[in-house]
Amino acid sequence: MDGAHDMGGVPWTGPVAPEPDEPPFHAEWERRAFAITLAMGMPGGWNIDMSRFARENRPPADYLSKSYFEIWLAGLERLMAERDLVAPDEVAAGHALHPAKPVARTLSAEGVAAMLHRGGPTERTPTSPARFAVGDRVRARMINPPTHTRLPRYVRGHAGTIAAMRGCHVFPDSNARGAGEDPQWLYTVAFDGVEIWGADSDPALEITVDAWEPYLEPA
Amino acid sequence: MNEHHHGDHDHSDLSETELRVRALETILTEKGYVEPAALDLLIETYETKVGPRNGARVVARAWSDSAYRARLLGDATPAIAELGYAGRQGEHIVALANTPELHNMVVCTLCSCYPWPVLGLPPVWYKSAPYRSKAVKDPRGVLRDFGFEIPATTKIRVWDSTAEIRYVVLPMRPEGTEGWSEERLAELVTRDSMIGTGLPKQPHEVG
Repeated sequence: MDGAHDMGGVPWTGPVAPEPDEPPFHAEWERRAFAITLAMGMPGGWNIDMSRFARENRPPADYLSKSYFEIWLAGLERLMAERDLVAPDEVAAGHALHPAKPVARTLSAEGVAAMLHRGGPTERTPTSPARFAVGDRVRARMINPPTHTRLPRYVRGHAGTIAAMRGCHVFPDSNARGAGEDPQWLYTVAFDGVEIWGADSDPALEITVDAWEPYLEPA
Repeated sequence: MNEHHHGDHDHSDLSETELRVRALETILTEKGYVEPAALDLLIETYETKVGPRNGARVVARAWSDSAYRARLLGDATPAIAELGYAGRQGEHIVALANTPELHNMVVCTLCSCYPWPVLGLPPVWYKSAPYRSKAVKDPRGVLRDFGFEIPATTKIRVWDSTAEIRYVVLPMRPEGTEGWSEERLAELVTRDSMIGTGLPKQPHEVG
């Protein structure tokens, strides 16, 4: 979807503000929000693309006014409400009001290391040959789906070159909708800065994005 | 995103969020969906075990051992696993070598994709609107925000992490470090040098 999360090249955002010796978390609630989000992945049963869509699919003013972990929290609440795991009246009350819904699995302390080590690999065995090869000229399609996509707006319609092949990977546009993994060839596509930003661009700038085959057409 | 929420201001807002997180943890625990000990362990893992020291060991090994460097640049995921780092948000890692002609910088314009096993959790600035918007358009301006510049003739390649490939930069080994041990070299490797928004420390900056 076209949302405020798609930030590449957006003006007026100001300077980057590095923080010396920054800790992983800045408040106790951030620690807990991070941990419950990771832990709920197992009983919740959603995938990473559904999580991303739950976070980004909100009005720009809402997205831009929330801090990073507040967005995580809002996304988690939405995912849980959609599955009747936690209802809004329970959040308001501060404790459980309805019976727990049966869940397939939960995360125990003993299972944490294995869960993190396992991660969520997305590479799958190809079932068809790749359409493009390294060096091919391609154009990022002009698409504006209302659903989740990982093709950033700033490259749409622009031509680039296949710089690397990354194998066949779960296709987020499908996976986020619960429509299956639908694995697709994934490519790293390199774009000249001038192609994206025009003649005023830094001439020594190149940008790469990782793009699934359905995002691309021959140029 | 609003970067003013993570500091010590905005108390009323913060306490509302705090109450909400407490409420959620209580409900999830009451319903048996989460185990508090597992939550504690997740936090402890990313506060004490998984962080940029891991990536610094990888870089120092690559600086010291040309065969390892070749493995890292050829297929980073198994090369990094040799040192014991693997898993969540690092399932498919690619290492990018900086050279005198090419400077690599990594961003995720759409969210906050970052190679957790080698760098830990991303800093606030990496997830912020200024970095996510500016890195792909004006990376030299970003480097100036970080207080340094690279020659105008050095090409900059910005890697937007739009899929599940995670990128880590292999910075150039500082001069004057001949004969240094891996442990000593690792002290030179900063987190930002592995994102491409910084350079390794110089020998005189470490003991």
